[in-house]
Amino acid sequence: MLNVKRRRRSLHQVSIGVLCATGLTTAAHAAELRFAFQGTLGALDPYTLNETFTLGMLGNVYEGLTRRDKDLTIIPGLAERWEQPDPLTWRFHLREGVTFANGNAFTADDVLFSAERVRAESSNLAGRIPPDAEFVKLDDLTVEVRLQSPNPILHYEWDTWYIMDKEWSEANDMMEPVSAKDTNPRPAAFTAVGTGAFSIESHEPGVRTVFVPNPSWWNDPEHNLERVTYTPIAADGTRVAALLSGDIDLIDPVPVQDIPRIENNPETDILSAPELRVIYFGFNQMDDVLTTSNVENANPFKDPRVRQAFYQAIDVEAIKTRVMRNLSTPVPLLIANELFSRSGEFERWPYDPDAAKALLAEAGYPEGFTVGLDCPTDRYVNDEAICQATVAMLARVGIQVNLNAQTKALWAAKILAPGGFDTDFYLLGWTPGSLDSWNVLSNLATCRDETGKGGPFNVGGYCNPRVDELAAAIVSETDAAKRDEMIAEAFRTMHDETAYLPLHQQNLVWGKRANVEITQRADNQVLFYWARVN
Amino acid sequence: MVSFIFSRLMQAIATMLVVTLIAFVLFRYVGDPVNQMVGIETSLEQRETLREQLGLNDSMSVQYLRFVVRALHLDFGVSYQQKEAVSAMIAQRLPATLELTLVSVIFAIGFGVPLGVLSGLHPRSLASRAFMVLSLIGVSLPTFLIGILLIFVFSVQLGWLPSFGRGETVLIGGWSTGFLTSSGLQSLILPSITLGLFQMTLIMRLVRSEIMEVLPTDYIKFARARGLSDRVIHFGHALRNTMIPVITVTGLQIGSIIAFSIITETVFQWPGMGLLFLQAVQNVDIPVMAAYLMLIAFLFVTINLAVDLLYVTVDPRIRLAGTPA
Repeated sequence: MLNVKRRRRSLHQVSIGVLCATGLTTAAHAAELRFAFQGTLGALDPYTLNETFTLGMLGNVYEGLTRRDKDLTIIPGLAERWEQPDPLTWRFHLREGVTFANGNAFTADDVLFSAERVRAESSNLAGRIPPDAEFVKLDDLTVEVRLQSPNPILHYEWDTWYIMDKEWSEANDMMEPVSAKDTNPRPAAFTAVGTGAFSIESHEPGVRTVFVPNPSWWNDPEHNLERVTYTPIAADGTRVAALLSGDIDLIDPVPVQDIPRIENNPETDILSAPELRVIYFGFNQMDDVLTTSNVENANPFKDPRVRQAFYQAIDVEAIKTRVMRNLSTPVPLLIANELFSRSGEFERWPYDPDAAKALLAEAGYPEGFTVGLDCPTDRYVNDEAICQATVAMLARVGIQVNLNAQTKALWAAKILAPGGFDTDFYLLGWTPGSLDSWNVLSNLATCRDETGKGGPFNVGGYCNPRVDELAAAIVSETDAAKRDEMIAEAFRTMHDETAYLPLHQQNLVWGKRANVEITQRADNQVLFYWARVN
Repeated sequence: MVSFIFSRLMQAIATMLVVTLIAFVLFRYVGDPVNQMVGIETSLEQRETLREQLGLNDSMSVQYLRFVVRALHLDFGVSYQQKEAVSAMIAQRLPATLELTLVSVIFAIGFGVPLGVLSGLHPRSLASRAFMVLSLIGVSLPTFLIGILLIFVFSVQLGWLPSFGRGETVLIGGWSTGFLTSSGLQSLILPSITLGLFQMTLIMRLVRSEIMEVLPTDYIKFARARGLSDRVIHFGHALRNTMIPVITVTGLQIGSIIAFSIITETVFQWPGMGLLFLQAVQNVDIPVMAAYLMLIAFLFVTINLAVDLLYVTVDPRIRLAGTPA
């Protein structure tokens, strides 16, 4: 991963720093990692919340049949290897000699149990396995999955489909996933018994969670930790102060404005790399008239020239250097560059305000028009500032944008399905959970109806039957080259008619003490088994 | 006396009902709770089912009535966000807030009253003027700024005190206390100064003006004429008669200290109820918000009642006025 900090220090300074640091840490505690994140960790049931941070924390305790390596490639996890005897059958060979932290052996029964549990009604991760997939136990260490239709990416999200202990779940009233609609809270939901590198010593939601190494872990530990304490610290200033004062060893995220302070302190460093999430603008292309616009007889966004004019009027490099302080990577597609093998073939429409004006004139709006923009204030890095910059840039080509910036709870309630997709022009970000293009196409690009059936997060209602056709074919195409060709065609179509206005991948920014080493994976999961405290 | 307390209790219940009613009307403007409860890829059907099961599709009045009926059984439901019983969550967080409040109040009174008396007795001295200038800072600087400044100076620059949290706590019969460990006591210093500074300056200025008002009065002159010592006159006679407004203000301020500890707790990541409430607002966790607001309303009403009763003990004139001649 890219380390933004490239500062040379004299050997003398370094050695003093190391001496002080070791003197302090050995006195207090040997190899403890103290980690602070902005959000909180609730219930520890691994099927309750499909959210990156929660799944990442639980990934320190639980494991799936597959894992994802430091560069996100799929590697064997609890399954040693797997093969496909035919397109509808997958056979998984489980790792031998693995035990859960409570001493129970890991067997095919646990996999079958977990496969049922994750598809239960109260599970938030039901999408991990097709509903009609049948799990068959061939012997104690072999499981066969029989599908109704071919699925080349069946195991893509199985690194976060964590395997639970069947006996433990039965004994602790955990047969069904914990959900908010439960009227009786279940104490076992705040404990966790997995096969992974750590077990949870104590968990006080919103206060502190303590992890200790699991002595019976099957894998050789790369970490040297004896204890990990995670504390949620929501206030940006406090989180940074805790790192600078040495009360905390690792923080996520670092607010953009505090990066220089952490870089300039000899005892702290910044870790940064592009995150997989793509931030983009979307247009209402469904309604006949825009409610927030002064164009009363038509919807200007139905015209691809208007959408392209918006695209070319926005100077994404200026957003990168001024708003994001170079901590963003402009992208041409709705998917991160590293997630699609052929993304290198695509280029953004160039920034060209004159071309934008010409396109607007051609479309019949030489004087521009007004439109409202919905933007969150606390969801993405500098989200509101990005929108403000966009308002100024669009004003230069005659588009008057009325910015409606709100907290994420209000913004999401307005623009997503529960609010009836009530927006004409909006900022949104998307990370495909499977790290695969089909997820992007099916959620963001396939036609939807008024209620959201079809592409549920296709907020603007973009609709091109050819893209729908391609998405339907991609889902079951097992030939990788053919599949990529179809994905490329779909993305090409969307780019040519400016279905969306992709901006950038924002960077992950973590802050750490100089004596901490940790792998920063691009999906922003914080995995302690790759950390060392020196 | 009994009927006085009874009527006050009735008022208390009415106040709490009104507060929660207003809260329920406001909740619909905070955002969509379901959206905060599930991952982004959750299907619309699943979201709708969840809404239905949580009763979020019912009318406001039905939801409110359901809340009140449950609250009467002391059942505040399960947190949307953490899937834990709300009453258990509040019970877990209450000690942190109460300990912080207690130390802040002790700090505010312990420094506010003596400093107020001193600057009231010697209003022209250099020290008094310095205190007055300092107290202006305490009254006018916003709490979060004071907190950040203290963290920056005492944690980041000097490294003397922890920058966040409660340190090590000891569990005594369900009550987690920070009073028994050195890290717990150290952790209390910065947040309680932050939280108590405004109250301290308020008390100090109040005592000062009361003392300056009382000193020229006749009974102080008579006390001097009797040859009483300065200490007895100042602290026994003058201070005692300034106590009525001080008790009123301090008492009411205890309520606001608890209620407004939200900011201090956020700045110091103090795991109390204020932090819990703020997290709940961000996540539209309606059961937690409702229970917290009800509890705060209850605290305010109880404190007002206690203040009224204290008046009666401190100032006999109120007691006399209440009895028929």
